[in-house]
Amino acid sequence: MREELIISGRMNRLVDPVLNIWHWHIPLYLFLGGLAAGILFFAALVTIQGKADKYPTAAKLAPFLTPFLLALGLLALFLDLNHKLYFWRLYTTIRLESPMSWGAWTLMVVTPLSLIWCALNIREIFPRWDWKYPILFKTEAFFKNNLLTISWIMLVFSLILGVYTGILFSAFNARPLWNTSILGPLFLTSGLSTGAAAIVLMSKQQTERNYFARIDLMLIGIEIFLIIHMFMGFLASTQVHIEAAQLFLGGPYTTVFWMFVFSFGLVVPAILEILELRGFHMPHWLAPSLVLFGGIMLRFIMAYAGQASRWLY
Amino acid sequence: MRYAMAVDTKKCVGCSDCVVACQTENKVPIGYCRDWIVEVTDGTYPQLEIEIRSERCNHCDNSPCVRCCPTGASHYADGGVVLVTHEACIGCGACIASCPYDARYPHPDGYVDKCTFCLENRVQKGLNPACVSVCPTKCLYFGDLDDPNSPVSLVLKKRKWKTLIPEAGTDPQLYFLV
Repeated sequence: MREELIISGRMNRLVDPVLNIWHWHIPLYLFLGGLAAGILFFAALVTIQGKADKYPTAAKLAPFLTPFLLALGLLALFLDLNHKLYFWRLYTTIRLESPMSWGAWTLMVVTPLSLIWCALNIREIFPRWDWKYPILFKTEAFFKNNLLTISWIMLVFSLILGVYTGILFSAFNARPLWNTSILGPLFLTSGLSTGAAAIVLMSKQQTERNYFARIDLMLIGIEIFLIIHMFMGFLASTQVHIEAAQLFLGGPYTTVFWMFVFSFGLVVPAILEILELRGFHMPHWLAPSLVLFGGIMLRFIMAYAGQASRWLY
Repeated sequence: MRYAMAVDTKKCVGCSDCVVACQTENKVPIGYCRDWIVEVTDGTYPQLEIEIRSERCNHCDNSPCVRCCPTGASHYADGGVVLVTHEACIGCGACIASCPYDARYPHPDGYVDKCTFCLENRVQKGLNPACVSVCPTKCLYFGDLDDPNSPVSLVLKKRKWKTLIPEAGTDPQLYFLV
């Protein structure tokens, strides 16, 4: 049998194992960032459409989660850094070639926007809230008068945040599994889908739940299409891409991916949502919880499997 | 100016002298390395072929690590040598994930470290990189590709060579004589 045997002096416990440089921090952040992007997108969308009163959870209540989601995500990112005290270096330069750089700047825009959005709606949640200082009342009035402008800015930046979480991975040609431009749209769709699921989970109105369940159903459909499309692309590409796809088609990630992401994260919640929209009684927390679970599993599996895929030479 | 290195796989015996010289010269922490030896045995017994390579950062012309770096810490220095500015590196790991040659590692002090071609400590003083200067079989050639009389230009004109995974699109500048 023809064989190739490679012995490398780099295979020692300090070098080769740590080249799987990203652990739980990055996929957790990608999930939280995508979820926050989804919630903020729908908040901006219903506000622009003038339906904020019809869908109050989407417009007002759910966005209160986003500063916490973003803060938690940023904490995970910070913990991931090896040279922590130099994190501010991200903000001394803008490098358009590096998705991580413009992602950092996008967060710099989105995080304050999420806080402004909460401040604008805080009196709806806490009716006796008092800003105390006249300047804060004036600031609130200023933002309220420009609500439509803020909504548009938030709509655009939430989309950038959602798509960047995928592009971050797809920019690495050294990891063939990540090196597909489908990953940006896929993570964006998944982020919007988890955002819609969070709104369904929090909403107490049947009409709002049904509206976002329908949106979620459409997004799940797009996600399934993108996943199939991604594998078609891999299998029609070079040997390293074929091997990357095989991680999920018989390889070590097959069971976790098709079971946790594809079945429990996409197909089962889609069936449950269809049944619920047709009038069957279901525990209404079940489908959105599965969507959120699928979203987090997708990030974790893609992060770990991507680092297992590589060029061989 | 375009610095490059050629490795003669026919002369290299895999003694790891280049590895130790680099660790000493660049004070690489114990257990880490910026260059390493790879032995590839290929064929059907008893017809086996062995190729021994001294590998390090390829100082690519189209470096994914420079492209992915969010702070500009990874950059092209004189002669296309890829360096990391320690004080600008946040240790995010993007460059490590982006390198198809796995040439980088996280230094225990936090920043990301890799081969520098000994640019500042030796080459700019007119010396060869540490690995080249100690090689007992003289299988490493270093120099400026823009200078037709540099050792690396001369040997690349004379001999057949290959680069590692050129299909990754990185335009590597570490040449292997075959």
